[in-house]
Amino acid sequence: MTGHEIEAHETGPYGSIPRKEDARFVRGQGTFVDDISLPGMLHGAILRSPVAHARIVSVDVTAAAAHPKVEAVLTGADLAERGLAWMPTLSGDVQAVLATDKVRFQGQELAFVVARDRYAARDALELIAVEYEPLPPLVDARTALAEDAPLVRDDLGGQAGNHIFDWTAGDKAATDAVFSAADVTVGCDMVYPRSHPAPLETCGIVAAFDAVTGRLTLWSTSQAPHAHRTLYSLITGLPEHKIRVVSPDLGGGFGNKVPVYPGYLCAVVASMVTGRPVKWVEDRSENLMSTTFARDYHMHGEIAATADGRILGLRARVLADHGAFNATAQPTRYPAGFFHIFTGSYDLQAAFCEVTGVYTNKAPGGVAYSCSFRITEAVYLVERLVDMLARKLGMDPAQLRMRNLLRPEQFPYTCATGWQYDSGDYLRALALALDIAGYDELRREQAERRARGEYMGIGISFFTEGVGAGPRGHMDILGLAMVDGADLRVHPTGKAVLGISVQTQGQGHETTFAQIVAHELGLTPDDVEVVHGDTDRTPFGLGTYGSRSTPVSGAAAVMAARKVRDRARLVAAAMLELSPDDLEWLDGKWRVRGDPDRGAGIAEIAMAAHSSLELPDGVEGHLDASAVYNPPNLTFPFGAYICVTDVDPATGEVKVRRFIAVDDCGVRINPMIVEGQVHRGLADGIGMALMQAIVFDEDGNCLGGSFMDYLLPTALECPSPELGATVTPSPHHPIGAKGIGESATVGSPPAVVNSVVDALAPFGVTHADMPLTPANVWRAIQGRPVRPDLALS
Amino acid sequence: MQVPAQVEYEKATSVEHAISLLARYGSAARVLAGGHSLIPMMKLRLAQPEVLIDINGITDLCYVNLTGAELRIGTLTRHVQLLESQIAGEHFAILHDAERVIADPIVRNWGTVGGSLCQADPSEDLSAAFAAMKSTMVIQGPDGRREVSAREFHTGPYETVVGPAELLTEITLPIRPGGGSGYQKVARRTGDWPVGAAGAAVWLTGDTIADAGIGLTAVGATHFAAAEAEEYLRGRTATEETLARAGEIAAENCRPVTDQRGPADYKRHLACELTTRALRLAVARAHGQAA
Amino acid sequence: MKVTVTVNGAEYVRDVEPRLLLIHLLRDELGLTGSHWGCDTSNCGACVVWLDETPVKSCTVLAVMADGRHVMTVEGLGSGTSLDPVQLGFAQCHGLQCGFCTPGMMLTARWLLNRNRDPSAAEVREAISGQICRCTGYENIVRAVLWAAKNGGTE
Repeated sequence: MTGHEIEAHETGPYGSIPRKEDARFVRGQGTFVDDISLPGMLHGAILRSPVAHARIVSVDVTAAAAHPKVEAVLTGADLAERGLAWMPTLSGDVQAVLATDKVRFQGQELAFVVARDRYAARDALELIAVEYEPLPPLVDARTALAEDAPLVRDDLGGQAGNHIFDWTAGDKAATDAVFSAADVTVGCDMVYPRSHPAPLETCGIVAAFDAVTGRLTLWSTSQAPHAHRTLYSLITGLPEHKIRVVSPDLGGGFGNKVPVYPGYLCAVVASMVTGRPVKWVEDRSENLMSTTFARDYHMHGEIAATADGRILGLRARVLADHGAFNATAQPTRYPAGFFHIFTGSYDLQAAFCEVTGVYTNKAPGGVAYSCSFRITEAVYLVERLVDMLARKLGMDPAQLRMRNLLRPEQFPYTCATGWQYDSGDYLRALALALDIAGYDELRREQAERRARGEYMGIGISFFTEGVGAGPRGHMDILGLAMVDGADLRVHPTGKAVLGISVQTQGQGHETTFAQIVAHELGLTPDDVEVVHGDTDRTPFGLGTYGSRSTPVSGAAAVMAARKVRDRARLVAAAMLELSPDDLEWLDGKWRVRGDPDRGAGIAEIAMAAHSSLELPDGVEGHLDASAVYNPPNLTFPFGAYICVTDVDPATGEVKVRRFIAVDDCGVRINPMIVEGQVHRGLADGIGMALMQAIVFDEDGNCLGGSFMDYLLPTALECPSPELGATVTPSPHHPIGAKGIGESATVGSPPAVVNSVVDALAPFGVTHADMPLTPANVWRAIQGRPVRPDLALS
Repeated sequence: MQVPAQVEYEKATSVEHAISLLARYGSAARVLAGGHSLIPMMKLRLAQPEVLIDINGITDLCYVNLTGAELRIGTLTRHVQLLESQIAGEHFAILHDAERVIADPIVRNWGTVGGSLCQADPSEDLSAAFAAMKSTMVIQGPDGRREVSAREFHTGPYETVVGPAELLTEITLPIRPGGGSGYQKVARRTGDWPVGAAGAAVWLTGDTIADAGIGLTAVGATHFAAAEAEEYLRGRTATEETLARAGEIAAENCRPVTDQRGPADYKRHLACELTTRALRLAVARAHGQAA
Repeated sequence: MKVTVTVNGAEYVRDVEPRLLLIHLLRDELGLTGSHWGCDTSNCGACVVWLDETPVKSCTVLAVMADGRHVMTVEGLGSGTSLDPVQLGFAQCHGLQCGFCTPGMMLTARWLLNRNRDPSAAEVREAISGQICRCTGYENIVRAVLWAAKNGGTE
């Protein structure tokens, strides 16, 4: 697509304007949870289990409670008295708030100390004596279903083993038939290792319970403040209208701040017990060791094709390690998230996947980290398989993809596992990426270098995401349908305030949502103030994750603005003493048909709507409107990525030289912000492919418990990305937008791995599991790969 | 956020003052220089000294200078100062190579050379670099000053010969003719500790290796050195084969352990590969053929 | 013990425990919450402030070590109501998303530009390599610093 064609979609207030929120951030005037300090506020600290699996014999807090600065100490027994020792997870399981019977992972919460300052709270933890009876830990997910495996969840009635669920999608018989008849099949075991979203700001809360009014106010790191409010009410029994959740500025989230964590509830109870505000902010180790992880999928994938490279079918078998409690945050009916979009971007005859979830003695969670509800794992699987197929067929991987990508005329396309992809022009996106990369020249360079003994890799991935959950009929979390509201108030002078249910963690909602409303109402973005993150001031909705802000909440904002506009038409007609039918919306105003110089803009109409102007029967005064948006389908962003690496086979070091990313997220409201989202996701992909993994030793000790060992890429590992864009509007979204927040995190890891494996082709390497650390690359070359999820293998 | 346990604090105003404070508090005290190793250990409560003796005020321990045929480095020298010292780079390229890959620019602004050496982490880069250069450590105590070879400085992981009432004050490196040096490191990521690293120094007479120094870190080399490989090199011609063989000998004699940075076999392989590469660089520099 | 620290030009005298970290002196005692912390191990750089003339990681410096010294935080960037070109560059080039690493990044950027009027992109990347940003992939931070260099980069 040419720039000119893109501009046709991105008009008026859409476009790359600087962000409104930056004015406070560049001055250091953001307000993050730990910046909040209330009079009389106390500080909480959590005692955590040093071991992965043990029975608790005793917990003695006498000495800690006697510390001169300690105001309260809570144990599991104290919470049990209030019926709060356990809480529901977002997947309908239960999770211990403070352990009463056993500890089930290293870092599990055991006791909560409340003291007058944070140093004293930390000191008092040392004064708590816990006696443990060690139990054998279950560390390797692949042994979880063995007869003699240690039982993680003996608390669950009727739970005989560590099995959580079996789940399938697609047509098994049809898929097996396709595989039986295929000329060529390729299969591979691959691990998508456990990782952690690690936002730079850890999770935390300030809880203030007012015993006089019965009001509980929470300032917390929440990507979903409204859903959290409902959960707090259901868990504590406090009436929901007495609970206010404020999510102030968030220092990143990426899925980490979706769940309600035990520390939050401890702070709530502590505030009730002490009658004072209580702050609890986890440290980095607590964040990495106990809050929700991502991935941890042990996959076997197979691809079937004809001898001339027509892809026919896909098959996948997955073992999903969910840790000690099934606490994944995803639509209830999809225990493996949206993994069944592993059909990718190709025209298949059949596909079938089966996923088994198991408990282990590891931190709970499972869906977090910009993964589009497991589409990350799905895209990795299919894109690795396509590269393996290309190798087996002796075809160029770009050519194989071009041959099999869905064609524009096939949309809307129903894939073999039932998703209906809304729109796409895949060939155009891949062609653009190949063009930016100078693909043919890169292949020539690669051949020349190989002749000199230098190992350069070119890796491609093509992805289709499904984002914007979701249609209320089949997507909910804990029974709360995934729809979002918007409240739009238009003041008499025509300035507007938009209240939204979603929560920016850096995505720039204060700017993009103002652009959305401005575009609909003929205002400028400066005329629109966006309010978010305060449940008392905003409408209900499920929050920001799964790239759902623009697809769902953005649509709600559009619908509210269009209601305003519709009412404005009636008011304008009254002002102009015309019939509404005489007016048309043109260039940001209601104008008289055939006489466009006559008309009224929103500001004039708003003043009239608040005035004594006589309005027709049935037309209310004012222009305020609200909307609730129930998406008819997900939106399906897509993209084509190319990664160029240089690999030193003697040391195993990988250098990412170039990264080309062409994204199509439909209509872009603010391309600058869209590109920023892509930049972020590419860094994620490089990080996950090369270094980010939460690894455990045989005793269940987490070896990724600090930034010294859970490595995140720096400016020196991330290349300057080369971006391209195409715009294929979503046909069902009111402004044709699709969502971009997770695209690059989803799409980039397979590009990096494909690139490294491509570089190592002369050594006969066909697959290597992430993270491709120097050691793992070297061992792959030796033909002795390392289990990436377990240390000391 | 993690925070240290209660601790007393004394600010030393001179080397003598620091030593008297150390003598007074004994093993309950720890010297606080940049603190970039000690303070994180205190936050994790893996180190719980009763007293910190802050030597940051002893600015006369901050220097890198040339005295006769010796480079002298004061132990309070910040990493950035060593990295930016022209004379250090001119005579000992290995020091700049190593400093460039130690931690990150901000940590290097405040972390000190002496602090890194006395922390004695088995993966410390400078320990290998100074071992390769056959440096001398100057230690001061109540009874005066003593000198210890870099190769006798470390007595084990996180242990050195510096006594409870002593302070490491200086490192000296002899400047010898025909010298060249270099440092090679593999890390999982910029700023990380090495998975393995090798420093090498050669002193050539024509093409003959009159003497060689090889420092290894993170791979379980005794005293951070590869003495057998050095012995092999002495008197030999600096050919590619010779250097490669020295790498093999270095690898044979180290005892790496498997950890989260990599398996032992890989680390042993790195000891070989990086020793060879560092030697190659050192020889090229000795010949004036590399920057 | 008593410490006297000059922060952004104003002198503060406080009685603190020797173990108090400089970041907590700034945030909790002086209310300067623009400096953040993101890890405990001096890896992330969210806590970067200037100690005298150089950026340091204030989660790994004790407040008592700053006694008698000058500290500059993000609140001291720019003068009065006018922003430092680095601050303008970050806003202009979308050099921040969540804003959490931004104060530390900007302080390092200012230090770099004072030493190097016209840095290359590679030099900017090296300068910020001890600081983690989880949002930008660093590209727009680099662009922001280069923008500041071009638009009045030095003080």
